[in-house]
Amino acid sequence: MAQLRYREALNAALREELARDERVMLMGEDIGVFGGAFKVTAGLLEEFGERRVRDTPISENTIVGVGVGAAMSGLRPVVELMTVNFALLAFDQIVNSAAHIRYMFGGQVTVPLVIRMPQGAGHQLGPTHSHCLEAMFLHVPGLLVAVPATPADAKGLLKTAIRDENPVIFIEHESLYGVRGEVPEGEDVTVDFGHARVARAGEDVTIVGVSRMALTAEQAAETLAREHGVEAEVIDPRTLRPLDLDTILASVKKTNRCVVVEEGWPHGGVGANLAALIAEHAFDDLDAPIARVSGADAPMPYSKPLEDIAFPHEPQIVQAALASLGRRPAAIGGR
Amino acid sequence: MGDLPEPETAIEWLQTMTLIRRFEERAGEMYARAKIGGFLHLSIGEEATILGSTRALRETDYLVSTYRSHGYALARGTAPERVMAELFGRVDGCCGGHGGSMHMFDVERRFMGGYGIVGGNLPIATGIALSSDYTETDDVTLCTFGDGASNQGTFGETLNLAALWRLPVVFVVINNQFGMGTSLARHSAVTDLQRKGESLGVPGTRCDGMDVLDTHGVVAEAVERVREDRRPMLVEAVTYRFRGHSMADPEEYRTKEEVAHWRERDPIPAFGTLLEREGTLDAQGREGLDREAVARVDAAVEFAEASSFPTSESLYEDIYVLDQHARGTYH
Repeated sequence: MAQLRYREALNAALREELARDERVMLMGEDIGVFGGAFKVTAGLLEEFGERRVRDTPISENTIVGVGVGAAMSGLRPVVELMTVNFALLAFDQIVNSAAHIRYMFGGQVTVPLVIRMPQGAGHQLGPTHSHCLEAMFLHVPGLLVAVPATPADAKGLLKTAIRDENPVIFIEHESLYGVRGEVPEGEDVTVDFGHARVARAGEDVTIVGVSRMALTAEQAAETLAREHGVEAEVIDPRTLRPLDLDTILASVKKTNRCVVVEEGWPHGGVGANLAALIAEHAFDDLDAPIARVSGADAPMPYSKPLEDIAFPHEPQIVQAALASLGRRPAAIGGR
Repeated sequence: MGDLPEPETAIEWLQTMTLIRRFEERAGEMYARAKIGGFLHLSIGEEATILGSTRALRETDYLVSTYRSHGYALARGTAPERVMAELFGRVDGCCGGHGGSMHMFDVERRFMGGYGIVGGNLPIATGIALSSDYTETDDVTLCTFGDGASNQGTFGETLNLAALWRLPVVFVVINNQFGMGTSLARHSAVTDLQRKGESLGVPGTRCDGMDVLDTHGVVAEAVERVREDRRPMLVEAVTYRFRGHSMADPEEYRTKEEVAHWRERDPIPAFGTLLEREGTLDAQGREGLDREAVARVDAAVEFAEASSFPTSESLYEDIYVLDQHARGTYH
């Protein structure tokens, strides 16, 4: 085990896969000389050269489209987009091309492409740089969606994404890049898609946390145990497609209560989707309505106090968990 | 004007242009009889641009086209049966009925697809050229698109990137003078399309898209230059589609006289007459080619009619490559 920051874990995954497979190459804005806007690709240009680590012009739709064409013809490109909001410029290539080419061409080709991007609030980057849009990608058949919350998962899932034959949307979180964690060593240590991580075991309530919210949910679970005597089970799905619904349903069967936590918008969100799936498959196991804690239904504001209340924090999760148990929480901050 | 090729080759060009013409006419009829659904974009009038450009390629070169894709598949050698069956939405179609008219594909012949989004194919073609460059082969990718696509963001983005990275891709703008129903002068500030790549580092040239020899000559020169120099080029092929943008087009944006004027330059009789004059083929030979094309299209329709519709299970086929590392619920 090594102690690595989330960004170092991603960097290690890229380095190992570049070394392991000649077909792997990186493209993105400022990933080479600059080392990446969040330094995820630092040192890779020096190590692997211009042929395999390519700075691109600021042309998101074209960068992704070039990645699609390269993937269809034998390479395994990893494209970095500087933030999830910039991926909106590339939505044509992501949906109409990457996701659909295999299907619309009758399975004649595969598109083994990884599109990495960070998302998330907390740095006062305002309404065009800090949203959480995993629900938009989750919506599209043909894409796989990974949302790692820990350094170990960041590395293991990225390696799996690069080795997978399908196009993968790989969503990192800006606030996690500096977070440290234990990362197992070994070139072939990967994390399979479709296996949720049970971050904390508990009997009283299930809390599903997506991306950074998996960590916030763990903190909330500690508070619930310490201050309220409630043992929450925290589940991090790690990939939204494929989704390990079995692990979530098994937990709900045990706890009979579920809180879903995401940073994105509530309408048509990941939480809405999970709540529907849980209700469809485990209605009889539920002793309370499924609770959703989500980002505010507003664009992301700049001002610090506004930004703070625009995405979920620990107290809201605690409150939602207690409410699902029919207990009135003590007065807490937040909304 | 490009040189007349060897007689055998010249006859094959006329044969394939005639096949495309007869195929497209029949597809139009089948559409009117509701055998074909959706949109149907025919390339009648544009056959010389298809033949002239595809015959400038080696078999190992890649071809990427637009949604007007039937003729490119046929020119590349995909069986008319497979193309017609795809139009009919049948299981024996080249994409198993998942793609339809706009999305023909034949990986074996390196026809890397018809694409439904205007301008969406340029980056993909450039990515394929990147693969060729990366693996150090001397394959070239040829990418066609319409005059309307030259206004898309991907046009500027892609030409810049292809020039910057010195990628072996030939961009061929099929200037049929309309972006759907909007004429060139009404949609593009610069109507001399061969110049539209200049500021992006992509030199341009032009050919007469109604003349298969000129198209072939100019495109072949561009292809070989790109192969040698490892730099992209832009070719403008000036042409005209004789039919509407798609079958759902009342053609109110142009006059019958204008269409009639261009029909006088029909590339197929023009090339046939030339071959007759050169003594390559006599009138009987020309008629024979036409009869043969009609017979092949008859067979294609028969094949498509006989082919089954895809099973309902195929609704979910080929969305994902399954059984690798992942488990869990995909759908």
